[in-house]
Amino acid sequence: MSENKTSVLSVLILGVLSIALYISLYVFNDEILAIATQVQAGDKALFLVPIAIAFVFSYIHGAFTGRFWDVLGFKAAVKK
Amino acid sequence: MEVINFIDLTWTNVISLFLVGIVGGMVSGFIGSGGAFVLTPAMMSFGVPGIVAVASNMAHKFPKALVASIKRHKYGQVDVKLGIVMGIFAEIGVLVGKNFMTDIRDAFGNVGTDLYVSAVFVVVLAIVGVFVLRDAYRGMKHHDPDKEHEAGRLAKWVQSIHIPGTMMYFPSLKAKVSILFVAPLGFATGMLAATIAVGGFIGVPAMIYVLGAPAIMATATELVVAFIMGMGGSMLYAWDGFVDIRLAMIILAGSLFGVQVGAIGTTYVKEHTVKLVMGMIMIIVLLSRLIKLPVYLDQMHWIAPLSSNTTYILDTASFVTLILALAVGAIVIVGSLLKGMAEHKKRHEVFVEKGATD
Repeated sequence: MSENKTSVLSVLILGVLSIALYISLYVFNDEILAIATQVQAGDKALFLVPIAIAFVFSYIHGAFTGRFWDVLGFKAAVKK
Repeated sequence: MEVINFIDLTWTNVISLFLVGIVGGMVSGFIGSGGAFVLTPAMMSFGVPGIVAVASNMAHKFPKALVASIKRHKYGQVDVKLGIVMGIFAEIGVLVGKNFMTDIRDAFGNVGTDLYVSAVFVVVLAIVGVFVLRDAYRGMKHHDPDKEHEAGRLAKWVQSIHIPGTMMYFPSLKAKVSILFVAPLGFATGMLAATIAVGGFIGVPAMIYVLGAPAIMATATELVVAFIMGMGGSMLYAWDGFVDIRLAMIILAGSLFGVQVGAIGTTYVKEHTVKLVMGMIMIIVLLSRLIKLPVYLDQMHWIAPLSSNTTYILDTASFVTLILALAVGAIVIVGSLLKGMAEHKKRHEVFVEKGATD
């Protein structure tokens, strides 16, 4: 039971983190667009920003969604 | 040079992209082709230029491929060695493919890339879709549950060729294969990935039919290839500022939910079901892109001008067909997952009851 509670708690924490990331994506919409325009114009200083964003989002949101289904009871068949 | 305008993210766009992401993710976790073959056309239907759709899809896809490949590695479905070797050659293909795409954009503008991406989609989907469906049909007709996988004739021939100094053992094939066969397959996979953001259409069938890997392992191994070439490709496109990361992350929000369901789904179904789903969706997406081709040709002024009414009808028909592909994929995958889980539970209960009475 306590194990269940821990996993529910971790899903909740990761869920909140995921939502926070998406809110910041919305808040910084203009800055993100400005970076893309800058890179297209030839200033390559920040070209890796989208890649970094992709990694952070996938790590947090990936961990959240993986555990989310586990907690709901969707699990893989164990084949012997 | 024409400046790329990223689309406005209205609430309708955000919610639609999120939903499209869920289904695209589900399909990608299930058949291991990254799901971008649904997502690239979907983005283009929302008005995203072809080159941005491909670039953004690659950026959302490679971290997702990493998540999914780790998950499927736990189920013992990934051949890491084959994935890395194919991935390295795929990276070279990505480089060539990306340069070609940029050249087209410089010469013909955004609509040039729209036409190029769509035309490649139609040709590749037609060839691969028919091949996969034919194979799924055969698998259904002559299905022997004890004999899940056996290498086909072509794969047996490839495995029989011995070229000294180039042979490598791959666990998924349980055989040695010359790297001279793996290299062009990897290269073509990467080239296609840079063109339509989907390399799996070459990578997966190549591993199954040319090298002789079981379908479940080929789709899982493709995720490793997708990660390696996706990361490289995304960097190349990011260098030119073509990645709309907002778009990519909204799709990712949905598709990471979906990809897990798709990956879990593979553990409950038979090989031919994976192939059947893959083939069906391919043919429907093909139709969606085919319907749209005249619109791009018109924009390029390569055909007699279409009336605005005709353009509207073609646009709508293309979009509806794409939605149909998504719906078919979602229904089949969720259906087989629920059915498989129910059967699994039933078997487990019988086993427990039997154990208790013994």
